[in-house]
Amino acid sequence: MIKRIFILLALVGLVLMFIPFLRDFDFHKELSKLSSQYVEGSINDLNTQNVVTSVIVTYRGLDTLGEVTVLFLTTAGVGFLLRKKKASLKTRRSSELLQTASQFLFVLIILTGIFIFTHGHLTPGGGFQGGVLITTAFLLLILADVNLKFNYSILHFVESFSGVFYVMIGLFGFLILGMNSFLDPTILPLGNYGKLLSAGAIPVIYSLIGLKVGSELTTIIDKMGGE
Amino acid sequence: MIFSLILGFLLLIIGLYGMLTQKNLIKIVIGFSIVDTGTHIIIVSIGYLSGKTAPILDSTVDLANAAKQVVDPIPSALVLTAIVIGLAVTALMLSFVIKLYQKNKSLSIDDYQELKW
Repeated sequence: MIKRIFILLALVGLVLMFIPFLRDFDFHKELSKLSSQYVEGSINDLNTQNVVTSVIVTYRGLDTLGEVTVLFLTTAGVGFLLRKKKASLKTRRSSELLQTASQFLFVLIILTGIFIFTHGHLTPGGGFQGGVLITTAFLLLILADVNLKFNYSILHFVESFSGVFYVMIGLFGFLILGMNSFLDPTILPLGNYGKLLSAGAIPVIYSLIGLKVGSELTTIIDKMGGE
Repeated sequence: MIFSLILGFLLLIIGLYGMLTQKNLIKIVIGFSIVDTGTHIIIVSIGYLSGKTAPILDSTVDLANAAKQVVDPIPSALVLTAIVIGLAVTALMLSFVIKLYQKNKSLSIDDYQELKW
């Protein structure tokens, strides 16, 4: 009982802290200076239609590299906790409908995912969304057959390949453009505005992020599906 | 939008309440997920500018004057990565729950007293 009162007091305190923030919050009418700089730079310097992509991949590229590292760490944690070799579970067969549909939809979902991460600089979407979409395709396969075994060597190869190349593209910036250019996408030609092959290395980097996210989350789902 | 900001704070408080009062480990993870969603809504609604369009500069946006027509891209970029990281962290917490359940055959937080003082 006394614990519950303390919890309520803590929450009420939190609400009281939030109220001044809500009351005094004034919404901007214009973009801040930094944001308009990003929008202008996305058009003039990077040839990227999707400003969110240019912020993620270029202006805050180091941040994204950190996020991918966090993702890798959580995958390593899940793999460490659930490392026991999964025994073949005796389960009821999943329904005919799910099995047929998963085989039919698998390829389509993978294709949509690849489309989303290769067009990340033109349309809404990008590596993170495309990677998650690819994972849902594998999730569908696992739902249809729990005892499904993946080819781990391919999965691990894709994961390490995309991670290594992501860092290497960043280092190419150092080598080609000089000291301040880690993860600078202008190492490749910028192309025409609004075309698929434009925006320098942004589509390449985002595709690598997509593969990385897809393979990491597939590993997580595979480990958890065995339990 | 002040309403989405209030909704975000409401979700944050509901999630914290759930995390503090529930005994079931899986319900605590669900509470964490709700806090996560609330934070995302707050960040996105801070970057919203009323009457402006998404920061994707295709033919519908006048390129000469683009900065006047779009919402703030930075909060969207932050939330985009945070959603995927939140998914992975939830998976990590659930695998902790699986491991704890396998060891002690209980999902109640009261049965795990080792770290309590």
